[in-house]
Amino acid sequence: MSASDANVLDTLSMEPALATGQRRGGPAPVLEVEALDKLYPGEPPVVALSQVSFSVRAGELVGIVGPSGSGKTTLLHLMGTLDRPSSGTVRITGLDVARLPDRQLSALRATRIGFVFQQFFLAEHQSALDNVADGLLYAGAGIAERRARAAEALDQVGLGARSRARPTQLSGGERQRVAIARALVGSPAIVLADEPTGNLDSANSQAILALLEALNASGATILVITHEREIAKRLPRQIELLDGRLVADSAGSSPTPAPAGASQWR
Amino acid sequence: MTASIPVGNLRASDLARLAVVGLRTRKLRASLSALGIAIGVAAIVAVLGLSSSSEAGLLAEINRLGTNLLTVTNGQSVFGQAAELPLVGPQMIGRIGPVTAVQYVGSTSAEVFRSPLIPSINTNALTVDAASLGLLADLGTTMAHGRYLNAATATEPVCVLGAAAAQRLGIDRVYTGERVWLGGQWFYVSGILRSSVLTPEIDSSVLVGFPAAMTYLGFDGHPSEIYVRAATSQVAAVDSALAATANPESPDEVDVSQPSAALVAQADAQSALNGLFLGLGAVALLIGAVGVANIMVISVLERRSEIGLRRALGATRSHVRTQFVAEAILLSLAGGAVGVALGAASTAIYASARGWAVVVPPARLGRRTGRRPRHRGACRPLAGASRGAHVADRGPLERVTGQPPAVPLPSCRAGPSLARSAPR
Repeated sequence: MSASDANVLDTLSMEPALATGQRRGGPAPVLEVEALDKLYPGEPPVVALSQVSFSVRAGELVGIVGPSGSGKTTLLHLMGTLDRPSSGTVRITGLDVARLPDRQLSALRATRIGFVFQQFFLAEHQSALDNVADGLLYAGAGIAERRARAAEALDQVGLGARSRARPTQLSGGERQRVAIARALVGSPAIVLADEPTGNLDSANSQAILALLEALNASGATILVITHEREIAKRLPRQIELLDGRLVADSAGSSPTPAPAGASQWR
Repeated sequence: MTASIPVGNLRASDLARLAVVGLRTRKLRASLSALGIAIGVAAIVAVLGLSSSSEAGLLAEINRLGTNLLTVTNGQSVFGQAAELPLVGPQMIGRIGPVTAVQYVGSTSAEVFRSPLIPSINTNALTVDAASLGLLADLGTTMAHGRYLNAATATEPVCVLGAAAAQRLGIDRVYTGERVWLGGQWFYVSGILRSSVLTPEIDSSVLVGFPAAMTYLGFDGHPSEIYVRAATSQVAAVDSALAATANPESPDEVDVSQPSAALVAQADAQSALNGLFLGLGAVALLIGAVGVANIMVISVLERRSEIGLRRALGATRSHVRTQFVAEAILLSLAGGAVGVALGAASTAIYASARGWAVVVPPARLGRRTGRRPRHRGACRPLAGASRGAHVADRGPLERVTGQPPAVPLPSCRAGPSLARSAPR
């Protein structure tokens, strides 16, 4: 057991009263969101999120769906520790992010959270391999190790043969695969994907979704944010947001944890 | 209880790679701002290099001419009139042990014109001096044209023109029968002197022999200026003995000077003037540094999405800050290196064209800073530039990296314009 795992358990043991109460049986939650509020100042203040609570266990594939303006992206930023809530708690692998200083939060993002963005955000002047390797840049690994793991991650998303190509030489679907590989290369506890198919045509969207499902099947915990119900319907669990409130959560109806690969993806 | 997650440190090699990539992807902008630094550094290096080289050239010239020349001039009497040096002054000085050569001139009251038709008011500020026959070697100058006076021509109405005198009289060559109207009669011109570095007063003189001056110009034979060469190691001792030897009766009425010392002082004064150019170079450098700082400010603002991505990938604020500072330092170093090369090259070209020794600042500055911290700022232009960039960088970086990462990232607060902007 590593030191960080010990810390996780330590944290959990000291804070037993988790509201969700979903820890009985099955894998431990990697993400817990509890009574989350987010207000943006203004006259009157904009309520982006109000009393949102749910938790995601290791190995789940969850879709957060809602029309535009429903608070999806705000929720993503709060879950990804890119922003802090007005009130409420976010726990990643049991760590309360409100208690972590900025450096620790950065380290948390570097090692335990992977991001996939709608616009890919790849560096055009670097090869696909180096783009993926940059996913480990701030985790403290050397360049040789980063590249070796990046090559593995590219293989996993089916782009092993195109590792030398630059993003400009790749199709939109391929670029998103590179971005997914970058999110996965550090074996994070959870991958947050923000409209991963938003910039893709339907064929590529289906391919990306199939990839996400395959990665989930091999153990990755993935949270997909989308405004398209069609996409959300394919996912085993859907959380629906409307006007900043959680209006539906299909948890329990079809949770599909995949313990087989859980150790690989934590 | 605070959980602790190990924070990865950015390795130096990764930082260097990030900085190089950051500049390489913005080639035009990076090279333009490096150019600003380069121009500033080149200006400073060239100013220092040229002034050092010209000073070195002058000092080399002085060394060639010798620093052991002393001049004895008739001063003023207590009543403010021009004093006279005794007729035997030169001979007495010649008896001082370390003195190796004594030559002298005596001012006459005669005036010289191109022809008798020139109005007598147009004297061209030329003087007519009687000169001893070995003067030329003693002053370290040579003839440009013709011949100097000799024992025969010294007794005849024959003259030699100083370089400036020849120019003012409109004579640039010597041919048979060339003459000037000197002291109310024709004097034949036997030669023209080259310009004398150590004794520029000779340049505007017309020289005649002592016997001729006494015969034709009513000259009394008293020397007005005695040129003494002494053993170099004994110059100070000879200097102190000269006045009393030249005029034992009233040593106060004798001025003794060392022309090379005056020239060295002049060279120093010249380099002091270079402070002005150095200042201009420093201004150029400052502008370059501001340019680099400006570039970094703009790129920080322009690269918000990249910063947001890096924060999402787990970069701490100091990781991002260090990356931008590293870019600025790299840019300044590159510009500085180009500037030093440019400045050194222009110094070398100019100095070799003028026949000076090439002295490029770094070596020169080592010498200078030992003496006075006057050039301290300029002696490390690279460090100065990068320091400027570094300091200037902190503002915008603090602003951006100090913000929560969601701001640079596409966020609902930032609105769709940022969220949809393509990554660079």
